[in-house]
Amino acid sequence: MNEWIFDIWTIITASTVACTSAILGSFLVLRKKAMVGDAISHSVLPGIVLAYIVSESRASWVMLIGAAVFGVLTNIIIEFLNKKAKMNADASIGITFTWLFAIGVILLAYFTEGGIDLDQECVLFGEISMINLDKVLVDGNLYLGPYAFWFIFPVFIIVLAFVVFGFKGLKITSFNEDYAASLGIRNGFWNYALMSLVSLSTVMSFESVGAILVVGFLVIPPASAYLLTKRLIPMIVLGCVFGILSSIIGFYFAKSFNLSISGCIVCATGIIFLVNLIYSIIRDRSRKNISIAQ
Amino acid sequence: MSELIDFISFKDPGVLTILIGALAVSFASAIIGTFTYLRKKALVGDAVSHSVLPGICFAFILSGEKDPLLLILGAFLSGWISVFFIDFIVSRSKIKADSAISITLSLFFAFGAVLLSFIQNSDNANQSGINHFLFGKAAAITDADLKLFIGVLIIVGIITLLFFKKFTTICFNEDYAKSIGWNVKWIDFVMSSLTVLVIASGIQTVGVVLMAALLITPPGAAGFWTHSIRKLIFLGLIFATISTVLGTFVSYVRPNMPTGPWIIFFLSIIAILSVLFSPKGILRRLVLNRENKSKIRNENLLKTAYYLTYERELPDFSRSEIVSKRSYETLELEKGLKSLKNKGFLLENSGRFYLSESGKTEAKRIVRLHRLWELYLTNKMNFKSDHIHGIAETIEHIITPEIEAKLLAELDYPDKDPHDSVIP
Amino acid sequence: MENKSIDVHNITVSYSGAPVLWDVDFELPTGVLAGIIGPNGSGKTTLLKTIMNIVKPVSGNVKVFDSNIDKVRNRIAYVPQRESVDWQFPISVMEVVLMGRYSGKNLFKRTTKADKEIAREALESVRMLEFKDRQISELSGGQQQRVFIARALAQKADLYFMDEPFAGVDMATEKTILEILLKLKDEGKTVLLVHHDLRTVREFFDYTILLNTRLVAAGKTAEVLTEENLNSAYGARLTLLEEVGKEIKKKDFPLREKDFDDK
Ligand SMILES: Nc1ncnc2c1ncn2[C@@H]1O[C@H](COP(=O)(O)OP(=O)(O)O)[C@@H](O)[C@H]1O
Ligand SMILES: [Mg+2]
Repeated sequence: MNEWIFDIWTIITASTVACTSAILGSFLVLRKKAMVGDAISHSVLPGIVLAYIVSESRASWVMLIGAAVFGVLTNIIIEFLNKKAKMNADASIGITFTWLFAIGVILLAYFTEGGIDLDQECVLFGEISMINLDKVLVDGNLYLGPYAFWFIFPVFIIVLAFVVFGFKGLKITSFNEDYAASLGIRNGFWNYALMSLVSLSTVMSFESVGAILVVGFLVIPPASAYLLTKRLIPMIVLGCVFGILSSIIGFYFAKSFNLSISGCIVCATGIIFLVNLIYSIIRDRSRKNISIAQ
Repeated sequence: MSELIDFISFKDPGVLTILIGALAVSFASAIIGTFTYLRKKALVGDAVSHSVLPGICFAFILSGEKDPLLLILGAFLSGWISVFFIDFIVSRSKIKADSAISITLSLFFAFGAVLLSFIQNSDNANQSGINHFLFGKAAAITDADLKLFIGVLIIVGIITLLFFKKFTTICFNEDYAKSIGWNVKWIDFVMSSLTVLVIASGIQTVGVVLMAALLITPPGAAGFWTHSIRKLIFLGLIFATISTVLGTFVSYVRPNMPTGPWIIFFLSIIAILSVLFSPKGILRRLVLNRENKSKIRNENLLKTAYYLTYERELPDFSRSEIVSKRSYETLELEKGLKSLKNKGFLLENSGRFYLSESGKTEAKRIVRLHRLWELYLTNKMNFKSDHIHGIAETIEHIITPEIEAKLLAELDYPDKDPHDSVIP
Repeated sequence: MENKSIDVHNITVSYSGAPVLWDVDFELPTGVLAGIIGPNGSGKTTLLKTIMNIVKPVSGNVKVFDSNIDKVRNRIAYVPQRESVDWQFPISVMEVVLMGRYSGKNLFKRTTKADKEIAREALESVRMLEFKDRQISELSGGQQQRVFIARALAQKADLYFMDEPFAGVDMATEKTILEILLKLKDEGKTVLLVHHDLRTVREFFDYTILLNTRLVAAGKTAEVLTEENLNSAYGARLTLLEEVGKEIKKKDFPLREKDFDDK
């Protein structure tokens, strides 16, 4: 089979991850919860390790559930420390995710002694070039893409459906919680629904981009879009576009120079961000000048 | 057991190096972490520890060897740039701090990952060990590292002492610091530099992700015990010592176990114990709740007894007479009676109760507080007299003797309450 | 009182520890313009939020139109304090006003034509229709306030809660808002708003609630705004009350015993 088909599938997979993350990340950015996304992406580790031990495979629904449970747990612990134990928000986040991550690393070390093949570095970086090893082949000849893609795709659909159908709820609770409450809308429900999906998507992305870079996917493209747009839907769409663009640029760059693919993709999102940042600074400055001139 | 003795007696001299090295790192982190914690910048530490990776890789690529000093210099520089970058994003755009931190953290780390893959492809014989920076490897602490860690600790200690007053002031009262003309930016610069220095030097011991915990968790846990900054630091150091020793011990016994994560694990356990058992903790609050409840019940019972004794003028009274004045659940009533008897306030004679002398004094005190507070509500807070009973019913249990004295003075030592009852 | 719109019964509210509202108790009839007056931090916002059950009281209860607030949410509208939202949020004026048509029930349904028409009318009435496609950060403070008011108007409610609608607005906006308030009153609606300017209160408001952690006075404006009441609201602090508050916080004391019945 032609090599370029693998390349295309790798890009498609990365783009799916990027879009899922950009959609959810837009709301994290607007709710000022970006660091909670960061925390979740680290603290799902023990869930992933445990699920891996139970199911003995990397891409499985057991893993999704294991990680989602830890994702929601992270949220609960952070809220508990913050609201009940009255610790400040930053510290609650920091303590929670480092603790769970430490447990994850310890579990990993424990089971590695027993010889499992879940690599520490893979946890941090992921490796998207590996995804083609688990091919999905139908009828001998017809190649239907890598297993990882078909693992990620349903999550993308779920996220998309959630945002399309829950758009009004997400919008109003992100913009003005008190007002939403006065209308009888339950902020807690929307918060936890969003955070559960962030956990879910983090876990499925973890395989391809690793725990830390998924934060880049969650936050950098939406933040770049935030600098450019004045509406929510364009922000989400543009976030997805930036994610896809970065996937393509990053992939080919990495391939030509034989570098880490996921690293290059996130660097590409970073470059797009920098361009937007500089553009927005210049734009705002000239706008200020105009208004002063008037 | 023999392992424990071996460990304590440092039979293996390597253990001593590791232990002292890890202690130096965690001390320096706990000290500077206290200030960043109070300044509500705990997560900036997390961002910096991710952001040192590209610096380390660059230093390695340029020099082609693993010279610890050079790597730390690289780490320091890129850590510093990341702090600047976060500030730049927040001050120059509408992006908020949390997003700016996430962006910086993942971007720098991704760049580091790219450089790392470059190094791994380049076949450099020295490359092994570069990835200690990811997960940390305390076991690899050399004598040269040790000197460095101690050096950093001394620098952090001295500068913190010199700047102690300034650091404390900008943590607690930044506006005041500005108003007396201090250069807050410069003080912040010093504080951030120390943070970056500690992270840059310590990262190979505990690793990228967990470095943040050494900075955040000790003051976070100590915060449950005290508010004083000196005590925060002191307790943080104690917590750091305990967890470092335990963590080092675990990985001594099981060499495959990573030291850093175990240190963080124990540190987190201390934090959890603090959440549960400290004076501000959850458990203490539960105990307080119970105490409050039984205090309220006992005092209400005494008031009922006061009423029966002085207003109905009964020499003694039965359970049913108590309940006829105010309804109590049977179980609560029994508990209250028992506890009042134990305190000597209430005496029992074949099923009938009467107040002892001390019981009378105590009962009068509560009735007095109730009526004083009612008076305060009507006189000072303009409450209508039909609304005051309910709240006075609660507050009478709270007023301490000091507040009572002030209350009396403010109300000019009254003798009648708003309902014209005598204040005993 | 006949036709009560709000009945606040002995509410005590605390965020963590010391109460910010002590045993507040008052009633409000329908069809009036009522002001909540008090110094900064005296609990005005908290009182509004507690009436709407956004903040839960530690004791006491509130009835709106003689029933639980959750049953009459479609009859109330809220204008939050302008500082409470992020004005950089990527959203247009029209979208904000359309939120007035959201409810717990229609959240998953599409916005209808009728809703859009109502939102347009609301914008028209605050003279902001021409700005309907602007992003909200591109408005002046007064214009932002008007958008918030339009959103509340789009709710077509009977009872309006407004938190400092006059704060930081220009003269034109102040005039527009005042007109709207009087018009609402003419239509028989009730408005409860937090306000600072005593002159407008005296001139236009029927009822006044004077607040400073505790209720200083509530009732007809002329009766409430006496020298003595104002002094006790804005004057000397009640140090004893603060000390009791601290003690409550320290001991984590329950603020109201379980309902007892004293015979
Ligand atoms: N979410 C909160 N958590 C803790 N304390 C709060 C919160 N909101 C308000 N407070 C405190 O409650 C008091 C009353 O606040 P608020 O109702 O906003 O006053 P006002 O609107 O009259 O200025 C203030 O001392 C304020 O600091
Ligand atoms: Mg307010």
